[in-house]
Amino acid sequence: MENILAFLNEPAVTMVLLALIPLVFILVYALVTIYFEMKVAAHIQNRLAYMETGWHGVIQPIADMLKLLQKEDIIPTDADKFLFILAPYLVFIGTYASFAVMPFSSGFIGSNIDLGIFYLVAASSLVVVGLLMAGWASNNKWSMFGALRSAAQIVSYEIPGVLAILGVVMVFGTMNMQTMTQMQDGGIQNWLIIGGNFPLGQKLALFPFMFILFIIYLLSSMAEVNRTPFDLPEAESELVQGYNTEYSGMKFAIFYLAEYANLFLVSAIVVVMFFGGWTSPFGSFMSGTVWSAFWFVLKGMSFVFLNIWLRWTLPRLRVDQLMYVSWKVLTPFALFCIIAIGFIMVI
Amino acid sequence: MNMYEIIFYFFAFITVASASVVVFSRNIIYAAFSLLFTFFGVAGIYVLLNADFLAITQLLIYVGGILVLLLFGVMLTTNTVNIDIKSGSMNVLAAASVVAALAGLLGGVFWTSDWFVSKQMGELPAQTTSKEIGTALITTHVLPFEIASVILLVAIVGAAMMARREGIKSQIPSSK
Repeated sequence: MENILAFLNEPAVTMVLLALIPLVFILVYALVTIYFEMKVAAHIQNRLAYMETGWHGVIQPIADMLKLLQKEDIIPTDADKFLFILAPYLVFIGTYASFAVMPFSSGFIGSNIDLGIFYLVAASSLVVVGLLMAGWASNNKWSMFGALRSAAQIVSYEIPGVLAILGVVMVFGTMNMQTMTQMQDGGIQNWLIIGGNFPLGQKLALFPFMFILFIIYLLSSMAEVNRTPFDLPEAESELVQGYNTEYSGMKFAIFYLAEYANLFLVSAIVVVMFFGGWTSPFGSFMSGTVWSAFWFVLKGMSFVFLNIWLRWTLPRLRVDQLMYVSWKVLTPFALFCIIAIGFIMVI
Repeated sequence: MNMYEIIFYFFAFITVASASVVVFSRNIIYAAFSLLFTFFGVAGIYVLLNADFLAITQLLIYVGGILVLLLFGVMLTTNTVNIDIKSGSMNVLAAASVVAALAGLLGGVFWTSDWFVSKQMGELPAQTTSKEIGTALITTHVLPFEIASVILLVAIVGAAMMARREGIKSQIPSSK
């Protein structure tokens, strides 16, 4: 027993264990969200979805996972084997690395670095390279076009997304995600979407710009996770399945997992920037280390729900409409907001 | 060997190994992708030197921007995906002399520099450098900063000019 405790107290072992906490969260969250997405989709379309496995099909995701684990792992003969195997892991590493700076609760954050949100933007660029690698290594035209579309879309929507983040950083004066959250503590009236914890005049002046930045970031984050209405990279009628057409079994499952993890990640960024992160909406009521984790996951999941809701409601954009929205609508509005916020914060 | 040294040698190994793949690989796609690991290793070494802002900027600019641009270039300039693009060697003599001169210069700098190597490097308090960099950029180094911004503006205006194609007979039909 003492040996085990001594082993657990080794700094290296503690570090590894702490780094695994988000992984456990992602695995559980992915199972819940797969069920959630199918059920929400079905009810939006007036269907029932899974009803056979367990009560209302609650153990269906576990059955799906077992099926994926048993599946044959096919590597096409003409594929570039090394890159083909490496690509899904690279995509997942890029997403998982971003969870390091996510403030899950007032007591838990992987790495409380001062450049938190800047790091998040940089880590997501690994994903783009992974997608291009998958598309190229598959040696398949559909995969290739899917990967190119996906990369082009992520790179161009990064611009309005990062400009929106810049606006928020200008308001807070810090890039540390834990500090950002703490600055919005004290109840729903202090959240940045309502103008933040500032004097009344400044708050009223900030409110419209914060709302615009929120919409801009929400749209660009949806484009970054390749979900409808921005799911051109996996347009079934044109591209079969996009960059992961050739992937099967566990490798496909890892892409799937990375996609869902990314979905929570962008929702969590929205929550940290505009909706108070882990802070309780009722001030000091129901706040604390455990409660704050509860609020963080609840807020994050409500944005995941919003994404699912939009996915099953809206049709897909055309590629020229996609570029029009990014370059001619979101980017000018974001630039305008940044200038306005600069003046408000100085005055 | 303490933790700090192990991590340093890990990043150094990644950087050197992937950089040699970039140089020696005959397959240009492998060379392009292994640049990713070179940039990552260099970013890791920056982190160990307490240059956090520089490390993240390195990842953002080189991996998110330049490497993606490079991959697009390689992938779009080939007509088929089946033929491997190879890189060959030419102008061996000229290249060898330039490389020898550069290596001599770097070696000279390496031997004559006063290296700041602290035993307590790993134990230095982690502090952010972004505030100091920001302050330095708009006070001491404001002129280079502004010149860089003007150059970027010129590049953006130039790109917009080339993309407009107004009054130019274009081969590509307009998408509108």
